Amino acid sequence: MADTLLDIRGLKTWFKTDDGMVRAVDGVDLHIDRGETVGVVGESGCGKTVTARSVLKLIDMPPGRFEAGQILWQGRDLIPLDQDEMNKIRAREIAIVFQEPMTSLNPVYTVGDQIAEVIALHQRLNRKQAIEGAAEMLRLVNIPNAQRRVHDYPHQFSGGMRQRVMIAMALSCQPKLLIADEPTTALDVTIQAQILELMQEMKERFGMAILLITHAMGVVAETCQRVTVMYAGKVVEEAPVEALFGDPRHPYTQGLIRSIPRVDRAAEKKQRLEAIPGTVPSLLEPPPGCRFAARCRYVSEICVRDMPPLKEVGPGHYVRCVL
Amino acid sequence: MPGSIPASLSVEAPVAGTPVVVAPRKAQRFSPGLEAWRRFRRHRLAMASSVVLLLIVVAIALGPLLWRVPINEIDFAAKLEGPSWAHPLGTDDLGQDVLARLLYGGRVSLAVGLCAMLVASFVGVLIGSLAGMSRGSVDAVLMWLADFFLSLPALPLLLLIIYLFREALKNLLGPEGGIFVMIVIVIGGLRWMPVARLVRAQILSIREKEFVEAARALGASKLRQVVRHILPNALGPVIVAGTIDVAAAIIAESTLSFLGLGFPPDIPTWGRVLFDAKDYLDIAPHWALFPGAAIFFTVLAINFIGDGLRDALDPRRVM
Repeated sequence: MADTLLDIRGLKTWFKTDDGMVRAVDGVDLHIDRGETVGVVGESGCGKTVTARSVLKLIDMPPGRFEAGQILWQGRDLIPLDQDEMNKIRAREIAIVFQEPMTSLNPVYTVGDQIAEVIALHQRLNRKQAIEGAAEMLRLVNIPNAQRRVHDYPHQFSGGMRQRVMIAMALSCQPKLLIADEPTTALDVTIQAQILELMQEMKERFGMAILLITHAMGVVAETCQRVTVMYAGKVVEEAPVEALFGDPRHPYTQGLIRSIPRVDRAAEKKQRLEAIPGTVPSLLEPPPGCRFAARCRYVSEICVRDMPPLKEVGPGHYVRCVL
Repeated sequence: MPGSIPASLSVEAPVAGTPVVVAPRKAQRFSPGLEAWRRFRRHRLAMASSVVLLLIVVAIALGPLLWRVPINEIDFAAKLEGPSWAHPLGTDDLGQDVLARLLYGGRVSLAVGLCAMLVASFVGVLIGSLAGMSRGSVDAVLMWLADFFLSLPALPLLLLIIYLFREALKNLLGPEGGIFVMIVIVIGGLRWMPVARLVRAQILSIREKEFVEAARALGASKLRQVVRHILPNALGPVIVAGTIDVAAAIIAESTLSFLGLGFPPDIPTWGRVLFDAKDYLDIAPHWALFPGAAIFFTVLAINFIGDGLRDALDPRRVM
């Protein structure tokens, strides 16, 4: 196996609510090698964001709780670390970019100040050097007139530009892993493509790995080498990207791929977009068997009884299905 | 094709005579502070009040240097006189010049108001931040404490504290300093609760904002999150509350002095002058009128400024 950077083993992140335990992440295994781009896909509420935030321990505890599992960062388990130790890993080793570029920047400081703050926090630099570093980062993420725009405030930037600033901020300490939590969801399509391209470019420049969380299959197909499909807090399929799109094995994955909007077909036949019927099961008391059973077209008796194990069906291709 | 590049340049050649200057962006920085100032300037009442307050501050700062009548020069020949050229605001029952006393007293009144506001804001921000960031039992206890203080009747408590500690502080810091410190602490110390609740509410909402989470994700400690990211965004309402607190503290000091519990008679704060004048309302109304007017206009101006600030600092208001 190549040089493993992050290895999540059997992670269970649960939330205590008035109604009981919500098993948002219920035994997830995921690993990322150095320099690799791994996608995590699934619909809203399947636990992909919670998985991402668990890695950086950004889950509020309480109500959240690590019920079981390990998050091995270069062989070292992050779960027992306290906040001070985590702060040494954040930004310097693992950085994150959030979904909402419009609100992810502090409105009262210039963008240069905010990037410089991160730089100064992790590297012993004075303010002037840090601001210069910030301008350099802005230039790297292709913001025109970077020297001047460091002194601008977030409200003077458009959404796409702000996401570039967020990426600049996340990369300012050259992390080994960038977690991108739906980085393009709030942007329109042309900007999405630009941001994805930028992330690709940054990845090549800095040689970092990317954990890309998204619900857009198209984004995954374009950027990732490996894909993990999550459903209701569980990994249902994991495969190299070609295998996943060429030969999807789990009915949920098949459904996801079928429900990608296709401009050509929609225009020709005016056919309705295919959707997966039903809704996600409650994570409060998930059914004992396969969590997708209630919506699966191939459901059989055994699916409802036992949780199927993750089995290997091809090189690096795992699926949690009895079929 | 290499030839095409000069060709396209030559098309632009005629224009080259006038140097193509990328218009330097105006040196306008749309910092939040400047933006607020721009909005504040449009608030007429607040601007007028600022001028009034500025005049009052200049008067009490420079006035005693220009109007060189001693505040305690007793002249029984001229007692209880109405306004005249010799005494523009008249005299009191000892023939002391009211204008001189008001100019001097204004310093004390405004200083008390300002310091009490600072004490109240400091304590309020500290307790509010602690409560807002810690949640759970610490939050509950601190807010319970704030509710407890809010439910105490302020005036009787003030009287009690002053009665208990006046002598001790007087011995410690001298008659003037001791009373000043005591009044500031007592007034400020009983006005922190609204600030604390305000700050806590602000923190509870701002700490969930994405930019705070982004700061956290990039390794900012809790203290840094509060000081750098949350508080600057919560400052607007605190400044407004602080402004109004100055006015309230001036009133509180006047009340205490009026009740004879504030500063001693030889320090003529506005409230104290009012207190001394109350027995002569029928024969020398001017004596009470002027300090009353001074308090009234100062407090009114500060309140209007607070209004203007609230409008200026409210980000939802787009003008």
